[in-house]
Amino acid sequence: MLDKALNGSKSYWLWLAGLSAIIGLAFLVYMKQWTFGLGITGMHRDFTWGFYIAQFTFLVGVAAGGVMLVLPYYLHDYKAFGRITILGEFLAIGAVVMCLLFIVADMGQPTRAMNVILNATPYSMLFWDALVLNGYLALNLIIGWKLLEAERNGVAAPKWVKPLIYLSIPWAFGIHTVTAFLYSGLPGRGFWLTAVLAPRFLASAFAAGPSFLMLLCFIVRKNTNFDPGEKAMKTLMKIITYALIANIFFFGCEVFTAYYSNIPEHMAHINYLFGFGDHSHGVLVPWMWTSMILMITAIIFLVQPKIRNNEKYMPILCIMVFIGTWIDKGMGMMAGGFVPSPLHHYNEYVPTVPELMITVGIWCVGFAVITILFKIAVSIKEEIRA
Amino acid sequence: MKNRRDFLKVAGASALGLSTLSAGNAFAIGEHFIPADQTKKKDSVLEGTRWGMVIDTRKLTPEIVEDVTHICREKHNVPDCQLFEEPKKNKEHHEIKWIWEEHFHNAFPNMAADFLAKKLEDTPFLVLCNQCENPPCVRACPTKATFKRPDGIVLMDFHRCIGCRFCMAACPYGSRSFNFQDPRNGLVDRKPTNPDFPTRMKGVVEKCNFCAERLAVGEMPHCVEVSKGAITFGDIGDEHSEIRLMLEENYTIRRKVALGTGPSVFYIV
Repeated sequence: MLDKALNGSKSYWLWLAGLSAIIGLAFLVYMKQWTFGLGITGMHRDFTWGFYIAQFTFLVGVAAGGVMLVLPYYLHDYKAFGRITILGEFLAIGAVVMCLLFIVADMGQPTRAMNVILNATPYSMLFWDALVLNGYLALNLIIGWKLLEAERNGVAAPKWVKPLIYLSIPWAFGIHTVTAFLYSGLPGRGFWLTAVLAPRFLASAFAAGPSFLMLLCFIVRKNTNFDPGEKAMKTLMKIITYALIANIFFFGCEVFTAYYSNIPEHMAHINYLFGFGDHSHGVLVPWMWTSMILMITAIIFLVQPKIRNNEKYMPILCIMVFIGTWIDKGMGMMAGGFVPSPLHHYNEYVPTVPELMITVGIWCVGFAVITILFKIAVSIKEEIRA
Repeated sequence: MKNRRDFLKVAGASALGLSTLSAGNAFAIGEHFIPADQTKKKDSVLEGTRWGMVIDTRKLTPEIVEDVTHICREKHNVPDCQLFEEPKKNKEHHEIKWIWEEHFHNAFPNMAADFLAKKLEDTPFLVLCNQCENPPCVRACPTKATFKRPDGIVLMDFHRCIGCRFCMAACPYGSRSFNFQDPRNGLVDRKPTNPDFPTRMKGVVEKCNFCAERLAVGEMPHCVEVSKGAITFGDIGDEHSEIRLMLEENYTIRRKVALGTGPSVFYIV
């Protein structure tokens, strides 16, 4: 099936060449980080996870979001998703690849990465995160590949794939739950120390993942003969709507708990993010409000079926959801956790140019993986139809 | 460059030597191998069930604080962030801290009262790793690079640390530092101030080690020795120890006890 990836139009190759150029440049910048250390980033003693881990957290959500196709199709026999389930699985692969690269980029001693396996430590949430992410990657690779192969050959997929599919559904919830546990199990970080963090992560994931997939569907439809199907896209929009509302609802629960209880340790972080109180000039204030306005405006439009189901508005709505959740769960999650510090110092963080370039490079790797996998899937679907 | 070349020469020669002798060496090591728990410890080694510290803030003066932080930096080759070439601004962003000075309201943010005694506002508070009884950093570490010894000291294995900084997110006391760059960049001429203690490498986390290297040779921690009696160190697991007597006689506080970490550093205020 790999042959399908090697046989594309001029614009396909141009796109991949462009991505490779950026990846190459980013790699050179990474070499600078390799020799000097993580000091080339804007991170510091009081703000020890920055842009890389922000992307990681968000992208685990995108990866988990694929389950919003798999679950209705396999557990509820929702046929409309049949055509694009494979795209959800392949998007998950691209997202997990980015996650793993962001983790490596964030390590002080990347050559020791295997220590996590060699000195396996079951009480560390990071150990489990490494395990579930790699497991999820393997599951999606095997399932996606086998299903597509079967589809191409016009035969039923091998029987052993089915249990793997069923396993991948709770597993998707698992990767994001464990990622939330990285944060919510830490004492002394008021912003993260909340039981609703994992549900909130899942809610924003099920908005962000499908909205990213919707955008990809539009790109695929424009550039190929493959049509994801109107019904499937409308259902995805409905899923995005509910998930986004749940995300905002959970955030509302956080705000209520923090402010009604009036516990300074819990209020301080939200104050900082949104510019209330004594330390009201945080660098992230405009970003956080942008995120909130984007998500709330998107909800106002999404709950109206006429707008939600209109293909003219779908892409812009999905972009709003994507950017809104990206800020919310990316930098918002980091800055909220680290500022103020455990000693109540307000030391802010701004990513540096090299850090941003490495980040863009990793996103481009993800785009390249998604492009190639989608190219294979779509070519085969076109081939079958022809 | 010359040093580097010399080093490579030596390293090359040693590698050659090792490869020819390796078979014989392996045999020799195997024959004389003794597990660590069967070796005899020197009598001078200080052993405890749970090491702890009492800081009498009434006795702390700016001079003592200066002496304490200075000796710790010098003896543990802690880099001086002002010597870093990068970053140009905010050099303290890459600062490494083992024991340092904070205000009361930073050391005890959840105790900061509106009408705090003036003397507490003005007193320099020394903060360091609390060597917790139930350390969240140890729980978080995915490689056991940070671990708790049976005597309660939480240590770092700098060769195992992958630099994920999960422990730093987990520590509720901000007691851990990350080497955002080669720490020797912050040492004069890149040379250790104390050749008997290892310098670290970039990309690993470090923190106060309760001077475990001193206890191993029967000495008290450096900070204790220069504190003019303001810092007491001892075995809080031993009810007859001097430190336990101090804890019985004085009202002490610990940082963020509500989190259940069980700090082993006590403050008399």
